[in-house]
Parts: sequence; structure tokens; C-alpha cells
Amino acid sequence: MIDALTVALGVTALALASWCGFATYRDQPTKDWHFIGMAVVTLLGLVQLVIGIVQLARGQRPDESVAIFVAYLVGSGLAVPIAAFMSLAERTRWGSATVAAAAVVLAVLEVRLYDIWGGTGA
Amino acid sequence: MPESAPESSTADEAEQPGRPDKARPAGLGQGPGRLLVLLYGVFTVAAASRSIYQLVAQYHEAPLAYILSAVSAVVYAFITVSLVRGGEGARKAAFVCCAAELLGVLTIGTWTLADPSAFPDQTVWSDYGMGYLFIPIFLPVTGLIWLRKARQD
Repeated sequence: MIDALTVALGVTALALASWCGFATYRDQPTKDWHFIGMAVVTLLGLVQLVIGIVQLARGQRPDESVAIFVAYLVGSGLAVPIAAFMSLAERTRWGSATVAAAAVVLAVLEVRLYDIWGGTGA
Repeated sequence: MPESAPESSTADEAEQPGRPDKARPAGLGQGPGRLLVLLYGVFTVAAASRSIYQLVAQYHEAPLAYILSAVSAVVYAFITVSLVRGGEGARKAAFVCCAAELLGVLTIGTWTLADPSAFPDQTVWSDYGMGYLFIPIFLPVTGLIWLRKARQD
């Protein structure tokens, strides 16, 4: 369950990164549609955070330590919304670049989360 | 979320050319600097949380590596704050820190390759930041270029 969500989040994060990277290339700031995309990714991140905590509460344990698992869950929940606010303040192509970078960071966090949880299809 | 009236949506995208640059102090955290703020912020959180966890949970395994991670976290945090604050003093301080950061990456990177036994566990700067997509070595170079450019504006 959580593995499928991790993969889905990784893929959507990369999609968001290329979308905003394209906006950077075209010298455009983030538009409403980009913010809807960021909202979707953020929502997935929050769902992942809740499911992760529920799994822990049900007694399942990640391969690595619980503290690291929770830290990565929180980090992946925060990365895109923080970048979204930064791009609101930066109405240039660099606002788009910031969101693209945060989305790449999120994708990397998801790869790590997959390893931390164990990737055994729990 | 920018849910303003559709007719006026182009107005806020237009730049104001008449705005004098001197009104805002240096603008270190604006334009491309905004991207640097994010990356330095990410690395501050990454290095800090990593070193705090390791210093608390497993200090005796590789104390040198963990202390170096903590030092790098402080350097990253200082540069992030300097970029956000802006101004000439912050620019100079951030410049010095970026140089120190570059020196640190090169030193630790070489050290980890030359004497791996000194580092039983990874740091952010091990192998020139390979575990972090080599961003640790590109970041200070980009930072130095950006801070140099900011002085001329």
C-alpha cells in the first residue's frame, strides 16, 4: 500500500519537476495550473504522511529506524508547499525553477523512503 | 493560491521597470537567488537532521563523520540566513562561507577517498557529495558566482 503510494508520488513529483522546468525554459512564472499541480502533489504527500503514521501505529516497522522514516515523511510533505510559497513571492522564471528543484528533491526523498520502509510491499 | 479575477491576471506578471534597484538591499534572495535559498535550505535541513540523529543515536560509530556533518549544517544554515537577509554585510559573510564550504567539500572529499578508514559512516561531503548527486560541490560554486554578480548590481 505505502509502496504503491511512494512510487506514485515519485512519478508525479518528476512530472511536476519537468512541467515547472519547462516553464523555466520558456521564461514563465508559475501559473494557476502549476499551483493546482503542486496542490495535487502536496495532497498525495499528506496522504502518505497519514498512511505512514497509521502503519506505524498498527505496529508495522520500517527496515531502518522509525525516527528516520518519520523525518522523511514530514520532509516530503513539506518540500513542495514551501517551494509553492516561494514561487508566489518570485513571479519570474526563477519561481518556476524553485518549484522544479523542490519536486526533484521530493522524488529523491521518495526513493529514500522506499528503501527506508523496506520495499517489501507491506 | 492566486485565484484573482481572470481579466487582471496579466497585470501582476508585468515587471515594473521604473523601480530603482537601490530600493531593495542587494536582493540576494531574489531571482536566481531564490533557487539558491531553497537548495541551501534543503541542505541545511538534510545535514542538520542527519547529524542530530547520528550524534544522538550512534555517536560512537563514526564521531568524526558526524561532527563534520554538524559543522556543514551550521555553514549551510548561515548561508541560507545570509541570502534571505541580504545586504552587503550578509553578502560578504555568505561569500566567505561559500568559499569555506567549497574548501570543506574538496578537503573531505579527498580525505574520504584517501583514507576511508577514518570515516566508517558517510557525511554530506563524502566522496565530493556523491550520495547527494554531487550537489554539495556544485552548490558553493554557484553560490560564489551569484554572490560575486550581486556585488556588481
